[in-house]
Amino acid sequence: MLKRIEQIKSEAEGAIAAAGSTAELEELRVRFLGRKAELTMLLRGIADLPQEERGKVGSAANRVRQQLELKLEECAAELEASEISVSLAEGQVDVTLPGSPTHPAGHLHLITRTTRQIEDVMIGLGYRVIEGPEVEHDYYNFTALNHPPGHPARMLQDTFYVQSDPEVLLRTHTSPVQIRAMETQAPPIFVVVPGKVYRRDSDATHSPMFHQVEGLAIGEGITLADLQGTLVEMLGAIFGGSRQVRMRPHFFPFTEPSVEFDVSCFLCDGSGQLAVGERCNLCKGIGWIEVGGAGMVDPNVLGFVEANGYDPEKVQGFAFGMGVERIAMLRHGVPDLRRFFDNDVRVLGQFL
Amino acid sequence: MKVPYSWLREYCDPGVEPGELAERLAMTGTEVERVGAVGPPSAENFVIGKVLAVEPHPDADRLQVCTVDAGGDRTIVCGAPNVAAGQTVPVALPGATMPGGQKLGKAKLRGVESNGMILSAAELELGEGPPGILVLDDDGLTPGSPLAEVLPIAEPVLELEVTPNRIDCFGVYGVAREVHAITSAPLGPEPWAEDAPADGNGDVGDYASVEVKVPALCPRFTARVFTNVKIGPSPVWLQARLTAAGQRPINNVVDITNYVMLLTAQPLHAFDLDKVPAGALTIRTATEGETMATLDGVERKLDPETVLVCDQNGPSGIAGIMGGQTSEVSEQTTRVLLEVANWNGTNILRSSRQLGLRSEASSRFEKQLHPDLCLRAQKIASQLMIDLCGAKLVPGTIDVAAEIPAPPSISLRAGRVEGLLGMRVEQADQIAYLERLGFGVEPDGDDLMVEVPADRHYDVTREVDVIEEVARVHGLDEHLPSTLPGSAGQMGGLSREQKLRRRLEDAMRDLGFDEVVGWSFTDPGLPARMNIPEGDPRATGVTLSNPLSVEQSVMRTTLLGSLLDVGKANLARDAERVALFESGRVYLPEGDSEEGPLGGGFPGEKAPSVVEPHRLGALAVGPMRPKSWRGGGEPADFFALKGVLEGLAARLGVELVFEAGEEPFLHSGRSASVSVEDTKIGWIGELHPAVCRAWDLDAATGFEVSLAPLVAGAVVGREDFVDITTFPAVLQDLAVVVPPEVPSARVRETVLAGGGELLRSAEVFDQYIGEQVGAGRKSLALRLEFRADDRTLTDEEVAELRSAIVAALKEIGGSIRD
Ligand SMILES: [Zn+2]
Repeated sequence: MLKRIEQIKSEAEGAIAAAGSTAELEELRVRFLGRKAELTMLLRGIADLPQEERGKVGSAANRVRQQLELKLEECAAELEASEISVSLAEGQVDVTLPGSPTHPAGHLHLITRTTRQIEDVMIGLGYRVIEGPEVEHDYYNFTALNHPPGHPARMLQDTFYVQSDPEVLLRTHTSPVQIRAMETQAPPIFVVVPGKVYRRDSDATHSPMFHQVEGLAIGEGITLADLQGTLVEMLGAIFGGSRQVRMRPHFFPFTEPSVEFDVSCFLCDGSGQLAVGERCNLCKGIGWIEVGGAGMVDPNVLGFVEANGYDPEKVQGFAFGMGVERIAMLRHGVPDLRRFFDNDVRVLGQFL
Repeated sequence: MKVPYSWLREYCDPGVEPGELAERLAMTGTEVERVGAVGPPSAENFVIGKVLAVEPHPDADRLQVCTVDAGGDRTIVCGAPNVAAGQTVPVALPGATMPGGQKLGKAKLRGVESNGMILSAAELELGEGPPGILVLDDDGLTPGSPLAEVLPIAEPVLELEVTPNRIDCFGVYGVAREVHAITSAPLGPEPWAEDAPADGNGDVGDYASVEVKVPALCPRFTARVFTNVKIGPSPVWLQARLTAAGQRPINNVVDITNYVMLLTAQPLHAFDLDKVPAGALTIRTATEGETMATLDGVERKLDPETVLVCDQNGPSGIAGIMGGQTSEVSEQTTRVLLEVANWNGTNILRSSRQLGLRSEASSRFEKQLHPDLCLRAQKIASQLMIDLCGAKLVPGTIDVAAEIPAPPSISLRAGRVEGLLGMRVEQADQIAYLERLGFGVEPDGDDLMVEVPADRHYDVTREVDVIEEVARVHGLDEHLPSTLPGSAGQMGGLSREQKLRRRLEDAMRDLGFDEVVGWSFTDPGLPARMNIPEGDPRATGVTLSNPLSVEQSVMRTTLLGSLLDVGKANLARDAERVALFESGRVYLPEGDSEEGPLGGGFPGEKAPSVVEPHRLGALAVGPMRPKSWRGGGEPADFFALKGVLEGLAARLGVELVFEAGEEPFLHSGRSASVSVEDTKIGWIGELHPAVCRAWDLDAATGFEVSLAPLVAGAVVGREDFVDITTFPAVLQDLAVVVPPEVPSARVRETVLAGGGELLRSAEVFDQYIGEQVGAGRKSLALRLEFRADDRTLTDEEVAELRSAIVAALKEIGGSIRD
């Protein structure tokens, strides 16, 4: 009996050493140590042996069983390690092949991006963003902005009119929203108005549809100097660095005094020159870049909303407006207004 | 407004280069478009010459060899037939640069060396002048002295962009006063200070009469009569000035009217009195259907609001806009009636637009001139008629005038300048600035009483207007500080709707779409190309009465049209695929606005006349994900875009309902209406083949939804915490076999209803159609999530819920597949 146990041991050890895979080892475990294996049966039948043999056979069989289990484990660990390295070797890929494409990146339109940038700067200065209709009443676009019917100032902007109603037009500026806002909110009021506007004009520098941003601040004691300070903050944030602003007196029917405002050129820092003797092309050597129009809100305009607390003797303030496309053109070197409305994806994709 | 620099300097010489003055003008409110030049770019090498002798050229019949004293004798070959010994002439010496940039050198003309050139008026750009060389009056001119001393050559011209409120600056004297105000250089006396002597026969009433039938439209009409008029060309100095100011010289009388208008801003009109029957003029409005031929030779149809200057035979001119041919001044004219009138600006503007006719005169009248200007112009013109036409002024002036309002007085309160501007200007400076601008200023306690001059009458009417005058002369660029308003308590920000709109736009970008900005206007044929039938509200957009072109004459009612146009253009530019989106408005003539700006509910008392909802639209042509060695490259279909739209909704926490729906521009089997709860917000689908063909596309898929209802359903910022960790959920899969016509949404709803509130979600994750479920059936696989808030669900509880679900499914002909 003991001899048979030794035979099983050497037979099993030989088989284990020859095993080539963990799967084979598992088969051997079943064959030599499983429920129906000879060694197991032998241990199970030990009670049938004579008393004096029981101890010897039992301990020999158990010893062999433990030895085999250990051997199996050792072998399994070795085989597993080599199997993993084989699978790693087999799993090797050509890392130089292109990655799985995600969908191509999308982009916001440069007009949206620029509008948001201006909005965000003004929000930081305490302004709310509001919007108004593009198909507008003559009253809001002209009359309440101090352009009485028949006034030549109406000729300054060539206007699209709506066929069904001669008193309805496409707004020529975002300024009608000033009146709508003041009708709705008593002073003080600080609002910024982005949106599409329309003028009957089309060439390299004019588009019949374009975008403006308008600012309005009305309260007690708000001055022209406050307008300049606000423009300094805003244009500095948009164009970067410490920008200067200058205001040139101008005429708009709905502001008095009225100004056009320039920002010091951010390319040449206002010097008009890029290197000694080389003229700055962005500002044409002037050192200043025209940005928009502004002024102190005309008392006549406040008169149209006086019932809502806008007594021109008690409150005053400023309004300013500028073209979004113009800001974007300056900021990003876009040469032609029409490029914004081509919507060429190759161009859209340049602005991340 | 073109202002020749020498003309300006006659009244106010700022003593600086034109460029420097231009900058100062720009900083005080008068933009200078450019400083142009007429004549040669430089006056150098242009001198006075005296012709000493003229001999025929030995080898050319048409040339003559002249000996000219031009500060030393020299030989000049000249081709003009009128050259003669004894003349004083303009000479260009070698080295001179001619107008146009050509540099003059010594030249051999048929073997004779010419040391310069004798010039005509045209060669100097001094107007058309007489043919041949220009012969100067010899008023003791020194040969060799600079030509610029007698003729305005190398004349700088300020091209001003005068704002419409500054009617005074449409005249050279007004500009001179402005220059005086901003530079303090002395201002010469007003050119109308003295009237001309009237030594004609009789009285003006003997020659002419004027009746004004429409005094409201013609506040003043003045007329003077001149006899013994000799028509001829104007002298060189006058032609030169007109030419530099952009006016073509015609004859002395017409030139005088133009000259006086350019000087005073007041237009004038000269009649040949002998062509005005009985010298009788009537000012009236046109009758219905009346026509007349204007000076430009065009027969004009008139409307009853147009004011006419008529003689006994009918209209002889359109008031303030253009004269007629009947009484035009000609070479035979000997007696002139000079009209200087004042017209209602609004009426002139209206008529000029109505006729499509704008002239130098109408562009001034439409801005409303002051009636005082009439006599100013009469006085200057009278003296010129006498001096240049040898005319006799008949005593008296016809002057038909409504009452002329007195100049207004305005109180400028102490402290108001600083209060409005935030910039201190000493009161003494305020007074000085206003006086230099021609205002009368009197102290009134601490305040100032300001009297407005006639030519600023309609521009400066209130205290704030006076403050503007002070501000701009004082100089904003040098003195205005930069401060910020005291806006304490003001909260800036975006509204919730605006924030969520940005979130959606950003999501579209992150999902791989390029944002486009389409035209708001489209062409009337667009609905037909999109298969939209007549009667559909989207077939009728807001139509413009004066579009730039038919292609841009109707406001869009969908974003899809814009997206298709942009898509097509990009594919034509060789793009292989596009994924586009637009966040913008459509314009609907009918319907109700929804609340908030995204629905067209804007602030203001007067509601907008059309509805402008904000929409989000998308269009994909070709694959969303490019083809690669790993697969991909399938064109975006219904489900690709539906996934995008569901992704958007998930970012707002909104659940969308998709139901098979029909839009005329969509594939009828691959399109759906999109709703939030019971509100329809838009559509999604693959485009109809006919629509694709109209835009040269093989296939395309898109969606368009209204943002207001989508954003209204958003839970962003209002989410409540849900405990999902204390009592774990039970996850199970369920395979349901149903007839093929039962939509998966119906199955899902049925499952959810059957499972009750402990069934937290049921999502369809697979569909199978094939042998294993048999013909006429389909199998759907759903992932179920059961969870209770207060306990861990037992297997028995879940089994019970599951049988309730199975029972519910039976109702719709469904069964469980094992
Ligand atoms: Zn620069």
